[in-house]
Amino acid sequence: MEGKTEKAYISNTPFLRDKVKTRRQKKNREALVIAGFLAPALLVYGLYVVYSIIMTFYYSLFDWSGVDNIFIFIGLQNYIDLMHDSVFWLTLKNNSLLVVSSLVTQLPLGLIMALLLFSPIKGMRFFRSVYFMPFLMSTVAIGILFTFIYDGSYGIVNQFLGLIGLESFQQAWLGNESTAIWAIIVTICWQFAPFYMILFRAAIVGIPEDLYEAADIDGARKWDRFKNITLPLLMPTIVTSSILSIIGSLKYFDLIYVMTNGGPNNSTELMATYMYSETFTNFNMGYGSSVSFSMFIIAFLITLVIFLLDNRRKGAI
Amino acid sequence: MALLKKIRSMPLYLLAIIILVFTGFPFLIMVNSSFKNQYEFMTKPWSLPDVFTLENYSLIFSSQFFHYFLNSLIVSGISVVIVIVLSAMASYPLARLKFKFNKPIFILFLVGMMIPIHTTLIPIYLLTISLGLYDTIWALIGPYVAFALPISVVIFTMFLKDLPKELEESAKIDGCGHFRLFWKILFPLLTPAVSTVAIYNFIHMWNEFVFALVLTSSGENATLPLGLREFYGEFSVNIPGIMAALTMASLPLLLVYLVAQEKIVKGVAAGSVKG
Repeated sequence: MEGKTEKAYISNTPFLRDKVKTRRQKKNREALVIAGFLAPALLVYGLYVVYSIIMTFYYSLFDWSGVDNIFIFIGLQNYIDLMHDSVFWLTLKNNSLLVVSSLVTQLPLGLIMALLLFSPIKGMRFFRSVYFMPFLMSTVAIGILFTFIYDGSYGIVNQFLGLIGLESFQQAWLGNESTAIWAIIVTICWQFAPFYMILFRAAIVGIPEDLYEAADIDGARKWDRFKNITLPLLMPTIVTSSILSIIGSLKYFDLIYVMTNGGPNNSTELMATYMYSETFTNFNMGYGSSVSFSMFIIAFLITLVIFLLDNRRKGAI
Repeated sequence: MALLKKIRSMPLYLLAIIILVFTGFPFLIMVNSSFKNQYEFMTKPWSLPDVFTLENYSLIFSSQFFHYFLNSLIVSGISVVIVIVLSAMASYPLARLKFKFNKPIFILFLVGMMIPIHTTLIPIYLLTISLGLYDTIWALIGPYVAFALPISVVIFTMFLKDLPKELEESAKIDGCGHFRLFWKILFPLLTPAVSTVAIYNFIHMWNEFVFALVLTSSGENATLPLGLREFYGEFSVNIPGIMAALTMASLPLLLVYLVAQEKIVKGVAAGSVKG
C-alpha cells in the first residue's frame, strides 16, 4: 500500500519523476554496454562450445550414420550398448592408465627439472632451453619422430639395445600389444614434463628467500629445507598441476592417432580415438556421439570432485 | 672447500645431464638424420653424416610445405587477434562492472577449460558443413577462437582486476564513455596480458591437429601438422626426408623461443595457473 502511494507521489512530482527516469535510463544504458562487451565472446563460445555439447547429447540419442539422412530415435540405447562394449571399457582402462602414469611420471620429473634449475650448476640457461623444447614441438611431429625412434628394424631404441648387447629385448615397440601403451606413455612424459617444470619453476620463484635463510640459521639440511619449506609451499601448484594432468590425459588424441591409431588390437585405444574412428571411419555418428558425451560426463564429474575437494581443503585452512 | 663443493655438485650434474640426454636426444636424432642420405641413415644411424646433404631440404622446398606453413600462419594469426579482441572486451564487464550475471558468466568460461574438445567435434563438423565452410582454412578460426576464449578471458579478467579503480573514475568525470574508456585507457595497460594470451594461444593453435583433421579434407587447405602427416604417408620410405620436414616444422617455434625465452615461459606459466 505504501509503495503505491510512494509511486503515485513520485509520478506526480515532475522533479522526482525525471530523476527516476534518468536513473532507469542510465541502468538500461549500462546493461546495453555490458551486453555489447560480452556478446561477441559469448556468441562464439555459445555456438562452438555450449551449443555443441547440447547437440552431442542430442545426436547420441539416434541411430545415425552421419552420411545419409536416416535418423532413427533410439533413446538411450547407444549408452546401453556402450556399457556392453568391451572396447569402450578398454578405452576407459587405457585413459585411466594415462591419468595415473602422467601423475607419477610427468609431475615428479617436472619438479626435479625445476629444482635442478635452481641448483648451483653451470650452464643453467642451456639446460633450461633444452629441457623446455619438447613442449614447443607439435604433437604430430613428436608422434612421427617417436614412431621412428621405436621402429623395429632401424629404431634408435633397438640400435641402442644392440649396442649394449641386449639384442633379446629388441622388438617393434609400437607393434607389440604389451609394449605399445608404455612406449606412448614415455613419449607423453617427454612432451609434457617440461610444461610442469615451468609451472613449478614459477612457483619456486615465488617462495620468499628469507624462509630459507631462517632455515639455514636453524641448521636445516638440504632435504629438510625441501621437505619443510619447498614442498608445502608448492602444494597449491601440485594440486593445479594434478588437475591439469588429469584433465589433459582425458583429452589425449593426436599422439595416439599418429603413432598407433589405437592399435595393435585396440591396445592403445583411448576414448577420443575410439570416438573418432566410430564417427569418421565407421560412420556411426550416433554411437560416436555417445562416446563423446561420455567423455564430457567423465570430465565434468572429475572437475566437480576436484572442485568440492578443493573447497573443503580451502575451508579447512 | 671449493673442491668439496665441486664433488658435492657432481650428482646434480649427472642428473642434469641424464635429463638433458632424455629431452635433447630425439631432437639430435631428428636434425642429424635430416642431413643424411637414405643409405647412410639405414647403415649408420648413430654417426654424424659422412656426406652432409641438403637434398632432403631441397625436397621440402619443392613440395607443398610452405603452403601448409602459410595456412597455419594465417589461421593462427587471425585467430589470435580475434581471441585478444573478444576476450579483452568480455573481461571488461566481468572485472570492472557489477551486474547480476557477472559470476555465472565467468564460471561458464572457466568451465570451458575442462571440456574435452572431442565432445564438440561432431556438432562442429556438421555446423561447419552447414555454414559452407567445410574444407576451407576459415573453418578452423571459429573453433580455435572458441576454445581459446576461456583461458584468455580468465587471464584478462585477472589483469583488469589488478588495475587501479581510479583510472575509470577520472575518465568518467571527463565524460568518457565505456567504449573509449576501455580501448583508450585500459587496453593499452593490458599489454603484458596481451602478449601472454597471444603466446599461449599461438603455440596451441600452431600445433592444433584434431579440428584441422576433421574440418578440412584436401591437401590445399591443410595446416602444418596435417601437412606433416601427409609427408609421413608420402615419403614413408624416405625417412631422412621426413626428418627434414619435422625439423623445418619445429624450427619456427624453437627459434622464437630462443629469442623470447623468458616471455614464452612466463606466458605458458601464466596461461596455466589460474587464480
